[in-house]
Parts: sequence; structure tokens; C-alpha cells
Amino acid sequence: MRVRVKFRKYGPIRFIGHLDVMRYFQKALRRAEIDVAYTAGFSPHQIMSFASPLGVGLESNGEYMDIECHSVTDSRDMMERLNRVGAPGIEVVSVKLLPKNAGNAMASVAAAAYTVRFREGRAPRFDYASKLDEFLSMEHIYVQKETKKGLQEVDIRPGIFEMSIVANDCCEESPAIYLLADSSSAGNVKPAKVVEAYCGAFGTPLADNALLITREETYTELREEEETVAVSSDVVKVVSAHAEGTIWQRRLVPLDEMGTEILTPMDGAVLPTAQEAGKAVLSPMPEAAEREVVS
Amino acid sequence: MDKLALSDDILMKIEKPARYIGHEVNAVVKDKSKVGIRFAMCFPDVYEIGMSHLGIQILYDMFNSMEDVWCERVYSPWLDLDAIMRKERIPLFALESQDPIKDFDFLGITIQYEMCYTNILQVLDLAQIPLLAQERGEEYPIVIGGGPCVYNPEPLADFFDLFYIGEGETSYEPLLRLYRECRAAGVGRVEFLRRAARIPGIYAPRFYRVTYHEDGTIASFAPTEEGIPPRILKEIVMDLSHTYYPMKPVVPYIKVTQDRVVLEIQRGCIRGCRFCQAGQIYRPVRERDVETMKRYAMEMLRNTGHEEISLSSLSSSDYRMLPELIDYLIGECDKRHINISLPSLRIDAFSLDVMSKVQDVRKSSLTFAPEAGSQRLRDVINKGLTEEMILKGAAMAFHGGWTRVKLYFMLGLPTETEEDIRGIAELSNRIAATFFEEIPKEERKNGRVQIVTSTAFFVPKPFTPLQWARQCTKEEFLQKAYDTKRAISEQLNQKSIKYNWHEADASVMEGVLARGDRRLGQVILNVYRKGCIYDAWGEYYKNEVWLEALAECGLTVDFYTRERDLDEIFPWDFIDCGVTREFLKREWLKALDGTTSPNCRQQCQGCGARRFGGGICFA
Repeated sequence: MRVRVKFRKYGPIRFIGHLDVMRYFQKALRRAEIDVAYTAGFSPHQIMSFASPLGVGLESNGEYMDIECHSVTDSRDMMERLNRVGAPGIEVVSVKLLPKNAGNAMASVAAAAYTVRFREGRAPRFDYASKLDEFLSMEHIYVQKETKKGLQEVDIRPGIFEMSIVANDCCEESPAIYLLADSSSAGNVKPAKVVEAYCGAFGTPLADNALLITREETYTELREEEETVAVSSDVVKVVSAHAEGTIWQRRLVPLDEMGTEILTPMDGAVLPTAQEAGKAVLSPMPEAAEREVVS
Repeated sequence: MDKLALSDDILMKIEKPARYIGHEVNAVVKDKSKVGIRFAMCFPDVYEIGMSHLGIQILYDMFNSMEDVWCERVYSPWLDLDAIMRKERIPLFALESQDPIKDFDFLGITIQYEMCYTNILQVLDLAQIPLLAQERGEEYPIVIGGGPCVYNPEPLADFFDLFYIGEGETSYEPLLRLYRECRAAGVGRVEFLRRAARIPGIYAPRFYRVTYHEDGTIASFAPTEEGIPPRILKEIVMDLSHTYYPMKPVVPYIKVTQDRVVLEIQRGCIRGCRFCQAGQIYRPVRERDVETMKRYAMEMLRNTGHEEISLSSLSSSDYRMLPELIDYLIGECDKRHINISLPSLRIDAFSLDVMSKVQDVRKSSLTFAPEAGSQRLRDVINKGLTEEMILKGAAMAFHGGWTRVKLYFMLGLPTETEEDIRGIAELSNRIAATFFEEIPKEERKNGRVQIVTSTAFFVPKPFTPLQWARQCTKEEFLQKAYDTKRAISEQLNQKSIKYNWHEADASVMEGVLARGDRRLGQVILNVYRKGCIYDAWGEYYKNEVWLEALAECGLTVDFYTRERDLDEIFPWDFIDCGVTREFLKREWLKALDGTTSPNCRQQCQGCGARRFGGGICFA
């Protein structure tokens, strides 16, 4: 059975790279004695999949890892065990059972939300709180992106789903930026690139290492074929997507909403459906899900 | 505990910031207001190397089991951070507390190989501690060195306040007790060092004076004060089953060289190979109890979550309870999907059977270390491995499915002739031929066999029977490597043999430092001041700088690499490692004669280690 683990990453541990976070969990799962499944062969490895890699230096409140288990105890027990053997700064916040048809963590990522703060003394020298609408009204926002073929111009505007100014608890004078952006493997938009482009658009270069970025959540997109998945409507985020003159609505939910709380120990043989797990399917697919031509 | 010594700006700029942030699983964090002694334990090389060292883990566990002591780790910053720390005057810090090392009570440095000597100066310098022990005032930590290289500490004598000779488990408690007493009584640094010099195993170089003959050899070596011991006997733990062992080793985030549980099953080696320092200085052989080993293994695996366990010893095949231990580990590890790694096994039917159970035969290679190409030269070095044993082992291995064989040799051994060098090529060839003879064409899995022959250059080490031997020059070494290469290319199966050789110039300098005297301290200092660090990393070793520094001090390579007189005073003669100079001399003369000696289990050779009152000497 597949189990989705949601965790936070903060403090000094933010300097640990993605591959090392994977290695960390491989060892933590053993220390916690989670009954995880292994591949066959001479060097067996745990069957696991991570959502999207988090850059070195970023903090997160919404990281995900899927693991294949032979048996599970319950959500709270597994969470406590992982935290007991864990490192300070990697904190498991939920453990959920995935329905059979759920996509794996990596493949399902559609978007991510970020809070971007400016380091002390490195906020841009323009009124970034009031220029946001102007920035977002741009039809195209081109940035340089390093690809295998070298530097390429990419339009990141379609990948910016939401962007707004929010209060910054650390520093009142420089408010923070909230960003919801494409995080799929094909269209990933890095928050630093967005802020850099924003500053660039108003003629202010961004200072070196100016940003403190926290990934707040990782989202998957609800698709029609996944209607069986039980998701309550209040966690669904409906965003407009535009591309090539079309605009349509996408329904995003945090990755852990695809799973259900594990209340009693289970062996691999039994797999409850979403309905059995006690959730009603709400929020019917809006009609806007069908593409409509705007202009 | 979110404090970091380095700013985000720096951490975002350097390679692998995880080397410097601490906070690893099982790292020990104490309340510094509640400990009396802060001890920084250093391995003077990069994090990934230092974190792989078992000795430090044992001492870390030992110190932190003392309530009043907090032991933390520190490693050499990599070159990128090194440059930033110098420029911004950032003091070197310990990983756990991120506090500057200069504020600690002790800085302990393990010295595992000669080519790390400049890194020791790097660590002191970045820590903002005066490089010369004599220049350190009351406010600085006591700098103490340990590890195999302190069996000749003389080239480093100027930089250390103390050296600890031997195994660390025994004398640190009295040393720290003395430190507390001296501090409470307001006794100063020099007086503390003077009193420390009387603790068994502790050497305080400032209380000794060396005089030299006109030819540069030592005329005398003696304490400068009454009450300082003229000879220092190494420290040793006789009961290895009831001592410190790190049940909760620190688990690094980044991949390190030894990313696994390490189970030390025994210390010492019965074999008595004449070039090998470890085989002499760790005598007598002491085994750890097998039941204890089983318990340790499971507990460490549980506490770390490592996916591999490795047995550690100089010669695992000589551990008498090996079959029982391996059976147990295979049973337990299989259930838990844990790999077993078995280095230093002699290739025989038993080990091949075991290895076929724990590794993928197709992907792994077998290693033989004949060390010399001919039986005559193997007899000189007392390497008890015959050609027949090697070919038989290889044949068994080929039948077992292995097709890759690694061979280790040394070039430049005493009495070596062209014939011995040709022997390396011929032995490699015969192993390849064995494959073709033994395995019928239709059963050859990859169709072919791969032999990788590697040669290192012989470096005579203190406390070995070959400590009297002359070391070759760089030119001689390179000629020998060239001869080996040519001889291999003349073999029938040369296409199956790949040949590698080590760097010659660094091996020569390693030899200079290994058998060096106090006068080399100035050379190391000059080399460091000219910008050398990480000499153990081939790409950063600058031979011409070392030669220049030697010349500046009026010293020559030849003086240190020459054959030594039978009765010459060695710089390390004041150390008593248990094995007597008489025994080593007997072995040296037997070596020149090509006569072998039986191993400890076969027949006692009266090396002197029996005086420790245990281990194999009384088995």
C-alpha cells in the first residue's frame, strides 16, 4: 500500500540538498522501523518517490514523499516514530494512505505556493507592493533559462497562477510576496526567477542572495478521471490558466488531500476505497474545466 | 540550536554547505554552561574523509560519555571555504555548537597520514591559534595529536603541546583530571604540560632536546628536566570487549567515504609483513568477543539506519569467530535488506562462499595483495602468500562467476631486481591465463577477464623491519613503473590487464616525513606559508614547493631516504611501541637474507608485545 508523508524542512537543514534529503529518509525509515517495501536484487532499495526537489537554502512547509509499505500502524504512530528518530528541522506533519489510483508524488505535482521575503537591506528599491498588478498584466514575461541546449528564453507568465503582497511578520517595512506557480516537471517556474523578473521589469536589479524563500505547499491538479478521490471543497484552489489566448480553470489541491488518515493498523492485503475511508466526494467538477476561448 | 557560524551568503556560495552545518542525527549536543571541558576533535582533511574514520567516533563516544566533557568535531574546510575564512577572518568552529575552536580547552588532532601535515597547520591557522606551541599563551586550547603518525611525531613536534602515543581509550581520563586540577589551582599552561608529560603515553615535545652529529644524524635525544620520562610506552587496551564503542555513531547527511556501520572485530595483525607499520604498532592481536559484536552490530544498525555494515580489522580472515559472526550477520541483514561488506579477507574457499552470498558476483571484483612479483621478494617482505595460493584462489573465483581481479604490488622494495618487476607482469598474465584455462569458452560470462594491476611505491615506515631500508628516488620509481608497464605489454594476455601506478614524487616526500626529524618542522611551516594544503590530494600536491622548502632549511631528500645504519639513533627511538628494536633488527637481517618468519599463531617470534600481558601472546 502506498503512504504519503508530508514534511517540513527548516533551520540549518535547509542547506541539505534534495538527494541528501532522500538519503536522510532512507535511513530514518529504517530507524523508525517503518515496514517499507524494497526492490528485489542484490542491492535492494526502498520504494519511494519524492514530489518536487527543493533548492538548497529554501525552507518548506509542504514537502512530500510517497513510500510503498507492507503494513502500517496508524498515521499518528508513524508520524511520531519518524519524528522521534529524525533530525531537528525535518518534521513530519502528516502520514496518509493513498488510494490505488492516485498518481505518485513526483508525477502529480502541478503547482507550488511560496512566500518570498527579502533579506534585511536587500529589498528592491521600488514600490513593489503597488506595482504588482502592472507586472501581472504583462502578456509575456521572458526570462533566461539554462537548458541542456544552453541559455533559452522562456515565457514564465503562463506559469504564474497567483501573486500577491502579504504581511511579513519579521519586518513590517518590507512586505512579503505570495506566489502560486507552476511546479510541474515540464513547466516549473522558480520563485527566484519570478521575483528577479519583477524587479527587472521595473529597472531594479535584485541584490545577490536577496531572497528568503519558503515553499508553503505543493499542489496536484484534480482531473476528471480522478473524481473518485475524496476531497473537500474548501481545500481546492481554483486558478485560471492561460496559454495561447485560451484561459481555463485548474483545480489544485495539496498533495496530502489525495490520501486519508490511517486510523487502525493494516496489512498490505486490505485497501479501503476513498468512500470507505469516510469522506464524501464534494465539489463537482466545474463546467469551466472545459476549455473556453476567451478572445 | 539554530546557530550557524557561517552566514547564508557564504553557505549559498560554497560547495556542499552540509559539510559545515552540523545538526546530524546522533550528533551530541550538551548544555555548555554545564560542562567543564570543551574538547574539539579534528581530522585534518575534508568532512567526507574525516567522518569516515572509526577512531574519532570511538573517542567522540568516550569523551561524551563523561558528564563534564563536551566533545565536538571539526574538519578541514575545503579550499573554497578556506579562502573565504581567511579573507573574512572567520575563526574555525566546531560543528555541534558552531563555536570557535580557539575558545575550547583542547584541540585533539588525529594524524593518519603524513601528507595531511600542512592541513594541521591550516586548521590551527584558521582557528586563529598560533602555529608554534611555544607561542601559545594561557588563553589557547591545548593542542594534542594522536593516531599512527605519532609513532614518529618529531616532524610535528613544534606544532603540538602534547602527543598521545597509542590507543586513546586509556589515558584521557587521567589527563582531563589533571587539567581540571591545574585549572582549579590556577596552575598555568606550561606547568600543566610538565605534569601531563608524566602520564603514561603522553609525550610533551617541549621538554626534550635533540642534538645532531655533523652528518645530520641524531647524537642525543633526552628530557631537559628532571622527572620527564626518557622513554614513552604506547598505551593499549587489553580488554577490547569491555571498553568504549560508539553505539550511536553520527549519521552524516552527505555521502561520505565510509557511509556504513563499521564493526571493529579485532586490533592488531598476526602476519608480520615487514613493510607494514600497523602490523607492528598495534601488537598484540586482540579479538573482540563475538557475542558482543553481534549485539553491537544490531544496535548500531538500529541507531543509524545505515544500509550497510562493514567488518573492520587488519586481516578479518584471522578472526577466529568469523564464520559464526558472518552466519549471524547474513541471517539478520537479509531480513532487513542490509548489505554486508567484507574487506581484508584472504581469498579461499570459505571467503568465496561467503562473498557469493553477500555480493553480486557479476558486479564485484576480487582483490589480492601479493605486494611483490616474485616468491623471493615476497619472502623478503614476509608476505605469506604464494603464487600457488593466488592461482588456486583465482581459479575458484572464476568458477564462482567472478571475472574481475585486482592486484596490489609495491615497487622499490629492498633487494628488488628487474626479475621481480617482470614477476608482477607474469603473475598478472598467469591469472588471466588461469581464467582461459579453467573456464570453457561457452561459460565465459562477459567473454573475458579483467585484471587490474596497481603498484604503489614502497615507503619505509618507523617501527617496521624495513625502517632501515633505503627509499628509491623519484626517477628510480618512475623507471620501475615504466619497466612494469613494458613487461605487462609483453605478456600474452596483455589485453586483459590494466596497469595503474601511484604518484612517485608524493611517495618520496611521504617517506621523508615518515622517517623525519624535528628539523622538518621548519620545512612544513615554510611549505604551508607558501600556500600548500591538501597535499594528500594528488591534484593539490606541489613537489617543487616541498623541494624548495627543504633547500631553504639546508636539508635534502637524500638524507631522509638513505639506508640507515644498524645502530643509528632514530628520531622515534624514545617511543616504545612494545615491539623491540632488537626484534625489528632481527627481522631486517632476515629480510635481507630472504628468510621468512612464522606468524604469531604459528610460533611466537619474541617481538616484545608479550609484556602487555594479553591478546594472542597468551591465547
